[in-house]
Amino acid sequence: MSFLPYAVAAWVMGVGLYGIVTSRDLLHLVICLSVMQSASYLLLLSIGYVDDAQAPIFADVPLSTRAVDPVVQALTLTDVVVGTTVTALLLALAVQAQKRYGTLDPRELRPARERLDG
Amino acid sequence: MSDRVRLSVFGVGLAGLLGLMLWAFAGLPDFGDYAGPYGYILNRVAVPERSTTDVVTAVNFDYRGFDTLAEEFILFASVVGVASILRTLRGERTRAPDDDAAGRRVPETSLTVRVAGLGLVAPTILVGIYIVAHGQLTPGGGFQGGVILATALLLIYLSADYMTMRAVGPISLIELAEGLGGAAFALIGLSGLIAGGAFFQNWLGKGTVGDLLSSGTIPLSNAAVGLAVTGGFAFMLSEFLQQTLTRRRVRRRRSRRSA
Repeated sequence: MSFLPYAVAAWVMGVGLYGIVTSRDLLHLVICLSVMQSASYLLLLSIGYVDDAQAPIFADVPLSTRAVDPVVQALTLTDVVVGTTVTALLLALAVQAQKRYGTLDPRELRPARERLDG
Repeated sequence: MSDRVRLSVFGVGLAGLLGLMLWAFAGLPDFGDYAGPYGYILNRVAVPERSTTDVVTAVNFDYRGFDTLAEEFILFASVVGVASILRTLRGERTRAPDDDAAGRRVPETSLTVRVAGLGLVAPTILVGIYIVAHGQLTPGGGFQGGVILATALLLIYLSADYMTMRAVGPISLIELAEGLGGAAFALIGLSGLIAGGAFFQNWLGKGTVGDLLSSGTIPLSNAAVGLAVTGGFAFMLSEFLQQTLTRRRVRRRRSRRSA
């Protein structure tokens, strides 16, 4: 089943995307985006995995030990930081939406002009 | 657009996306079979070259230090973004944290939460510093330790209240930590340019493998990033909590009724 981790990554992304499309609450939407983003962590780490290898930490083990790829793990750390910052910014926008329009339902957040007409 | 139409449009798009993803994934190496040259080489050279036993940290703060500086700036930009989105706008006022419904019975924070929360503050700070300091030896580093350190402030909020939290970690101190950490990390990069000839060149002595003060500039970078991340996260926590004290004036809610 060497394909399974990639399939899980695709599935997690699909689930997150479905959540975003059907979301009725901005906070729920931000969490769905985080779920989607975790698919990329899974994909990166799966790519760098090596069978029967240990983590790339060489404390008290010989240098010739097989280890998984450290580069994708470093990339995943960057990915996590980017995910956190995006979440923080979107949550700040959600706070402002609640303060201005009194709702967190994206369907009720219509453009200002449309609001005046309807 | 009705929900049904929207979902069917999404379904078509998702099918296309999943098809493309499956096609792309088919070109990936089999799971567990990756033989990327850079990872393999780094796993062999990081310990002899840099005395760093955690190769991920060696990649982040040395071989790929320039990228991590950009990553640190992403965090900084996000902190600035949160600060400007959540700034006090016209028509808003900050009020004392008085109770909206003074009549209701509010259960006080239980003694268990207070004692356990306060008791955990010191161990949390210790663990955070440990994780930052041992970044070059074991899993951890400035980013991970910084987040743990920022949660100490959250524990104070949990066991006391927002005003106590502000008194313990005043916003000016938090901003100072964020700015100093970011600047120090950039200066460490510049020092490599001056002393070694390349940005983020690891010019300090490598030390003994496994020592706390080994790996040259990597522990310094970890400390700088740890300070910046602590400041950044503490700032964002503080900003979001501050919002509970901010209210728009009632007369500006007129537009809401017409919607």
